[in-house]
Parts: sequence; C-alpha cells; structure tokens
Amino acid sequence: MNFETTIGLEVHIELKTHSKIFSPSPVAYGADPNANTNVIDWGYPGVLPTTNKGVVADGIIAALALHATVEQHTHFDRKNYFYPDNPKAYQITQSDKPIGHDGWVEVDVDGVKKKIGISEMHIEEDAGKNTHERDHSYVDLNRQGTPLIEIVSKPDIASPAEAYAYLEALRQRIQFTGISDVKMEEGSMRVDVNISVRPVGQEKFGTKTELKNLNSFNYVQRGLEYEEKRQQQVLMAGGAVQQETRRFDEKTGETILMRVKAGADDYRYFPEPDLPALNISDDWIKELGDAMPEMPTKRRERYVNELGLTDYDAMVITQTKEMSDFFDATVALKADPKMAANYLQGDVNAFLNDNHVDLQATKLTPANLAGMINLISDGTISSKMAKKVFKAITAGEEPKAYVEAHGLVQLSDPAKLQPIIDDVLDANPQSIEDFNNGKKRAVGYLVGQIMKQTHGQANPQVVNQLLMTALKQ
Amino acid sequence: MANRITREQVQHVAGLAKLEFTDAQLDAFTPQLDDIIGLFETLSEVDTTGVEATSSVSDQLNVMREDVADNWGQSEALLKNAPDAARGFIKVPAIIDESEDNE
Amino acid sequence: MNYFNQDLASLHADLVAKKVSAKELTQATLDNIKDTDTKIDAFLNLNEDAALAQAAKIDEAGISDDQPLAGIPVALKDNIVTKGLTTTAASKMLGDFNPVYDATVTEKLAAAQMITVGKTNLDEFAMGGSTENSAFKPTKNAWDQTKVPGGSSGGSAAAVASGQVPVALGSDTGGSIRQPASFNGIVGIKPTYGRVSRWGLIAFGSSLDQIGPLTHGVKDNATVLSAIAGHDDHDLTSSTQAVPDFAADLNDATSVNGLRIGLPKEYLADGVSDDVKTAILAAADTYRKLGATVDEVSLPHNKYGVAAYYIIASSEASSNLQRFDGIRYGYRAQDVQNLEDVYVKSRSEGFGDEVKRRIMLGTFSLSAGFYDAYFLKAAKVRTVIMNDFKAILKDHDFIMGPVAPTPAFGLGDEIKDPITMYMNDVLTIPVNLAGLPGLSLPAGFSNGLPVGMQLIGRPFDESTLYRAGYAFEQSTDFHTQLPTLGGQN
Repeated sequence: MNFETTIGLEVHIELKTHSKIFSPSPVAYGADPNANTNVIDWGYPGVLPTTNKGVVADGIIAALALHATVEQHTHFDRKNYFYPDNPKAYQITQSDKPIGHDGWVEVDVDGVKKKIGISEMHIEEDAGKNTHERDHSYVDLNRQGTPLIEIVSKPDIASPAEAYAYLEALRQRIQFTGISDVKMEEGSMRVDVNISVRPVGQEKFGTKTELKNLNSFNYVQRGLEYEEKRQQQVLMAGGAVQQETRRFDEKTGETILMRVKAGADDYRYFPEPDLPALNISDDWIKELGDAMPEMPTKRRERYVNELGLTDYDAMVITQTKEMSDFFDATVALKADPKMAANYLQGDVNAFLNDNHVDLQATKLTPANLAGMINLISDGTISSKMAKKVFKAITAGEEPKAYVEAHGLVQLSDPAKLQPIIDDVLDANPQSIEDFNNGKKRAVGYLVGQIMKQTHGQANPQVVNQLLMTALKQ
Repeated sequence: MANRITREQVQHVAGLAKLEFTDAQLDAFTPQLDDIIGLFETLSEVDTTGVEATSSVSDQLNVMREDVADNWGQSEALLKNAPDAARGFIKVPAIIDESEDNE
Repeated sequence: MNYFNQDLASLHADLVAKKVSAKELTQATLDNIKDTDTKIDAFLNLNEDAALAQAAKIDEAGISDDQPLAGIPVALKDNIVTKGLTTTAASKMLGDFNPVYDATVTEKLAAAQMITVGKTNLDEFAMGGSTENSAFKPTKNAWDQTKVPGGSSGGSAAAVASGQVPVALGSDTGGSIRQPASFNGIVGIKPTYGRVSRWGLIAFGSSLDQIGPLTHGVKDNATVLSAIAGHDDHDLTSSTQAVPDFAADLNDATSVNGLRIGLPKEYLADGVSDDVKTAILAAADTYRKLGATVDEVSLPHNKYGVAAYYIIASSEASSNLQRFDGIRYGYRAQDVQNLEDVYVKSRSEGFGDEVKRRIMLGTFSLSAGFYDAYFLKAAKVRTVIMNDFKAILKDHDFIMGPVAPTPAFGLGDEIKDPITMYMNDVLTIPVNLAGLPGLSLPAGFSNGLPVGMQLIGRPFDESTLYRAGYAFEQSTDFHTQLPTLGGQN
C-alpha cells in the first residue's frame, strides 16, 4: 500500500516589543518571578486590556512577509479555558477575523521548489509559566501577556523534510522583519505539529495525531519521520490511527502516547467586548510595507545572479538578516563577494559559535572585514597572515593599521626577493640537482627555505614565479 | 417541562464552568435553566436575515496604546493577596496534566 | 446629619462659608449612617479613618468656589474598586478582598475632593434586581423596610434615599441604577455606553455596564456625572467625546418647549401596573403643558430585549467571572486535594445561586453547538432593537416611559422565581443593549411607594435628558416628598 502524508504546523512566534500586548508591563526576561506584572497581568477584578499598537504593526508586517492578505476589519476574541498560568481564564486572541490570511512561503527540498500555504495568522497573548515541584506547582506571570503571532499552515506539507524546510523559511522571513528573534532554543519560536497519513487516492484525510516536545527543527523532522512510519504500520496491519497526543523522546527518537483525545475542546470563543475593533488603513499597511527590509529569497537571487555566489553560499549567508546585512555592507566596500561569503560562513561563524554570541554583539564591522579582504586581494597580506588579522578585527582593530603595526606586510617586490632567492639557491646545490633530475619536491623545500629567510612574509606566488625562472636558467 | 436542556447537559456545562452541584441542586436548577432557555428561544421569532451582530456599542474604533513599557510596581501587593505564595511565585496544588501548557 | 434638605450647591456654599467643616460633615455623615443603617443595611463597609483624614486635609487646604464637590461625602457601590478599602462585589468570593488599585471613577472623585465614606450593598456581582442576592445581607427600601430597594445598586439607592449620603455611585448593566432609583424615589442615570470609564468596575456584562450617579435631584446628578465622565486611557471603549458641564444649563430658563417626545406603546403594555401607567400618562401631560409634544411610538422588538439581554450579559459574565478561580486572589476552598478541587470547590462555595445560574446560562449560550442559536442570534436581535430606537430618536428628542412595571415589591417575594425577576427589567434592559443614556426620576407614588419615570436619549445626549428631567422636577413635587425613616420630616 502506498501512503501520502499530510502535516499541519502551528507556529507561535514571540514578538520583541517593549510592553505586553494588553498591558504596559515590560516584556523582559530573567526578572524575578512576577516582577514584571501588574493588576492587568493578574486578571484583577475590574481591569481592562489596552491594545499595543506595536503588536498590531508587527502582525501586519508578519502578514506582508508571508505574502498574506491583511484583514483590514479585524478584532479580538476571547478563548475560554481554566489553567493556573491563564489568569483571566480566557486568552485574548483572534478567532474569526485573524489579522492575516492566505499567505505562503516557498520551500526548496532537494532542488524541488514548492509553495506551502498559510491559512491564517493571528495576534494573541502568551500565558504565564508553571514550574512543578513534588506536590505543588508554582506560577510566574512575567510571561503572561507577551505578544505572540500564531501562524497556521494549510494542509500542503507532504513530508517531514518539507516541514523542516517550511519552518526554516518561516523562521528566516520573520527573522528578517526584525519583529522576533525566532529562536526555538529560547522559546521565541514554538511549534505544534499534527500529522496524518492516508492511502494514495483516499479523499478523506487520515486521523491525525499531535506531537509535543519538539524543541528544534531537527526534532520536528525526526518526530514526524517516526510518526509517519508508525501510522503507516498501524494502517498496514489493518489497525486504525487514534486521535491522540504523543510526545517525542529526544533520546530514542520515538513518539510516546501521552493521552487520547476525548472529543473536541470547547473554548467558547466570542468577540472581546473590552477592545474596540480595528480598521487597518491602506496607508498604514503601505507605510509598514515600504519600511520592510528585502526578504531572504530576493537576496539569495541577487547573490547568485549578480554576485556569483553558489546557491549554498547564498543560503548560508541569508540565515539571519544581520549576517546578510553584514555581507551586503562588506561587498559595498568593494570586498570580493566570494571571499566575503567564505569568511562569513567560515571564520566568522566559527567565531560566533565558539563565543556563543550574535554577530551584532561582536566588534566585527563590515569596514574591517572588507579592509582585510581587500588587503588579501591586493597581495598586501597572505591568507596565512590574514588569520592573525582576522583575530585582530574580531577585537575591533582596523586591519591596515594592525598589519602595519605588526610588520605583517607581505614581501612581493622581486627586487627585494631576488637576492634572498639567489642566496638560498647558492646554499642548496643539491636541491637544484634534484630539480633538474625531475624531483619536483625540491621546489617545495626551496620555497620553505625562502619563507624561512623572510620570516614568512614573502608572497608565495611571487616567490614561486621567481624561483622557477631561476631554476630553469 | 419541555426538556430543552437535560440534566446531563447541565452537568456538562457545569464542568466547563468549573462548578459542581449536588443532586438536589441539579433537581432544582435543571427545570429553571430549561425555562430560561425556553425564554431564549423566543428570539427565533425575530427575522435577523442579513442583520449584522452587535458585540459592542462603544463609539471607539482603532484605539491603541503606544508600545511603551511601564512597570507599575504592584507585584509585592499582588503576591500578598494570593491565597498561597512562595519565593515570589503563586503556589497551587500540582498541575498533573501538562498537555494544556502553552495554549 | 442627613441630606434631605440640602443639595450639593447649598452644601458647597456652607463648606466655603465654613458654616461646617469637611471633617464635621464627614463625622456627622458617618454617625448618621451608623444610626440609620441598622434599619436600611445599605452599607457593607465604612471608610471611617481614611475619610476623616481626607476631610481634615481638605479643611486645612480650604475649599474654594471652583471646587463644587470638595468635602462632600459620597458612597460607592461595592463593585467599584477602592485601593486599600475592601471591595467585595457582595460576594463571598471577595469577602476580604483588598484591591491593589483604584477605579478611574474613584480617582476622579478623589480629584474632585469628594470624600468616600463607604461601600454600598448590591446583588452579588451586580446580578439581580432586589439586592437580596448579596452574600452578606439584604438592603431595605428607604420608604418601607419590608420592601426591596431594587437592585443591583440597592445599597447606593437606599443610602441616598434615606439621607445617608447626598451622592452615591452605582452601576447599571440592565437597569441596576435606574430601577433602584425608581424604587427609592430618587434620581439615577445610566450614561451612554462609553461616557464613564469602566476601569475598576468589576465587570458583569462588559458591553452593557456603565457607572452612574444616584442623587436626590436632577441638578446634583448632572454635577456628579460631569465629574466622573470622560475618556480614559485605561478603558479603550470609553468615548473621546467632550464632556459638557451638564448642570450649567439647568436653571430657571430651562425649558422643554418645542421638544418632541416619544412614548412607546410597549412601555404601557400588559404587565405594567395601573398606578405606574397613570403616573407616566400624567407625566406626559406635564410635558405637554410645558410645550413639548408627546407622540405614541413603537419599539416593536422590545419584548425580545429580556431574552437577548440575558444571553449576552450572562455570556459575557460567564467569561468575566472565570478569573475568580481561587488561584491568585479571593476565596480559595480549604479542603482541596488537587488543582481541579481548587477551581471547582472555590467557585462552587464562593458564588451564590444567582451568579451560578448566570454563569451556567452564559456558558451554555457560548458552548459548541449552541453559539449560533443563542449568543449570535442575541447579538443580531440586539442590532434589531438598536434600530428600533434609532428610528424613533431620528425625529424625537427623547423617549419617555416607566422604569419598572411595578413599584418596589416585598422582600422575598420574587427571588424564588428567576423568570419573573428577569421580566422586571423589560423596560430598562433595551437601553443597555442599545448603549443609550437613561435617566430615572421620581414621577409619582403607588400606595406610598415611589414610582419612577425613565427618559431615554440619543447617544451622548445626556444634556437633553437632564434638561427634561429638571423641567419636570421644577413642575412637580414628587422629589420633595421624603421617606419617614429617621423621623426627620
């Protein structure tokens, strides 16, 4: 039996605003429990929410970034459920008029491009956090009211690899808008997954299961791969998939039953009477659209078509807006694009990983990286010397000044190199004889000697050229 | 009694509302609710074809707050009001079902 | 000290002239409340120390001519939060609840230097029309202590009617200011939705609730409304419309000459007692004599108001009252084994029967499979009812009619039957559904009990209602008749 898979993803993205979505309390991390809370966040009797304009703007930006239609007549709704981290026992969210609908992102899986639809996206408030110890739970409402955008995919995702690619595309596009850090490891991007399989040709979707505890894109893909196979096996054995929630086990890579769903939840949605409806104007949408940065797909096209990068290079450079902006600024300073791309993917990324920092938090500047690359390109320094220079520019030093101060200037002048080469040849007649006998290895030895004499400063290309001329005489 | 709502439905709704009733209370409550729901059903006499629903009568539209953070410094007073608190947290009996987290 | 014979202007004059100090006035007010409240039970909580301290401060600074409310005592319905002063909503759920903040109206009264002397009784969470649903005690009618004071602002109405305070604030979701004002022979207004900030009003039906003043006379009412009204950044549904000095227009020249008044035939239909009908028809004649025209008009969907209202208000209430869960504040049941117990037992023990009934109705109306037939249908009928009003108010300056079908009923008479109780609101409810202003003022008597009249205006046109109310007051003597409580008359 052949199966087809349908995957649905609900992605929650935490927005980087100053204040909460419905209260002026600060959105900040690492504070003492409940330090960033007020009567609104605690759902006190008599309090009322106020809509944060910045969150609505972010919602519009997200809709635009994901090619969605902005809903210009929108409002908030209440979703009712009891939970200790949900102080009003309702969440203010959007139900029937979400701020954006019918968007898409393009993914590329093994060279095959595909558009994945987004059914809707809405803005809502996050809940607080519960922690558990023995027979009690402890509630911290600092996170309560943190603005979220929830993005719901259409049933277009047909494989775990596509799910991964979809998440990566979403992450990148949102990251480029700057409205969120979109980091799963920090909880600013969270993913709920459901998956069903059905025999090819069957019209009705199969019964879906939900997966929890997927804390990285990798786990999402692995969890889905496991679950896809599990469901296929159940069906092939003549069984039926149950509507249930399963937990991904990071160690075994398996999904484990958490609970069987006993019927639909009843959240009793209704329009939020405390908040006036929103009429989003064309002007506001245009203003926000005009201020949007170029999106990663556009940049990749430009990098490949105009700057001659490979698809792979372009992909790596557009992982974050900061990296891509850095690259653009470096190239704008006449640095060779290929070299700039190589440095960013190689040394720069290694440096960031080793120090666990974001690019914008370092002392690296496009001017200094471009300066260093240009010194390599014009032969002033060798790639080997550049290692030292790179270290210096990560500490904020200006490359040219550093090179001069440390005498790192490469010896490229034939008039200065020739006497040294002549001396080395004089001192090594055996090597000349070896060369004449066809032993190419002798050249390497001679170059080494010359480099030694020049304390490594000789330009290897010039040395090679001069040496070969001398040897052939 | 017209049986617009059954005892089981009343119990189901009570579950949603986190309320519990004794059998005697249910005996009294169910017919009362049934009568009131009967009153509600008179609305079906009104032709509302093409009528928009009204969920607010405020004259305000598009009112929003600028994104400026302001800590009102109320956390201490709030914690003092909590029936049970520890180390700055609100304390509750253990949450057993984790599945509803991060709704 | 009682407030039967002095209006705010004369109190103000006495304070400015130092005939009485704010502290003396406050002390005398508190003494009188303690004395008379044994019969009325209007108050849940007195603010003695803070009120006297505030009065002393006001005396020290002196009261100038441009502070018309400074030093004058006021009482607040106990569903309006007061920082540092217990606020209960007359519920066991909030038995000793100390709000951490002030309602906007509380702040505005403080800014006007009014002195909050205490918190008045109400039906639990403002759900009821008799104040018998208070978890603590029933309040009695100022005119007859075997009768209810109406509700849910029964405490505020009885406190004003019995001369305990010159002003009290109430809240009105379906008639909760106007009906008790009517039952107690005083003036009460439910302002246009959005006129007064709801920040700090413990929510019942968020799309219906409004705070308003209860006073002896129309002019006092207008003065206080001007002080508490206006846009509030904390309440995005509050209107940015300018707030007039409502009392400024009320003087000897006040006239209703040439105004067109609509009198809906449905407001004099079956169920409205003969005495009430007689009083309203007489009031219509008074207006005609004053040069207004009174036309019979129709609110054809009025009878559906009660059903639409009880669905919408209960639905909103079911959601608004979910926060009372025993977790963060208020009542938490003691004998709990687990989290579910905290929820279910705290709520089942903390709420009274009427509150539970409304929560159940609202939860049901919003629940899966019933939303369209109940909540959504009610929200559409609401539009239809609004359109009925709009049609009349297009060519009428205001609408007149009774407030309640009958005068005050006996304590214990109706509480057993919810539907009878709900039908009592049939004349006030549609005004909340439409968000319109409604003024209740004395218009007659029935067997010694006051009968009220209701004037319903265009959105944000409280001015016309006050003008018409004032003209009526000047031409009649209903407002000068006083209950015999305390034997002052």
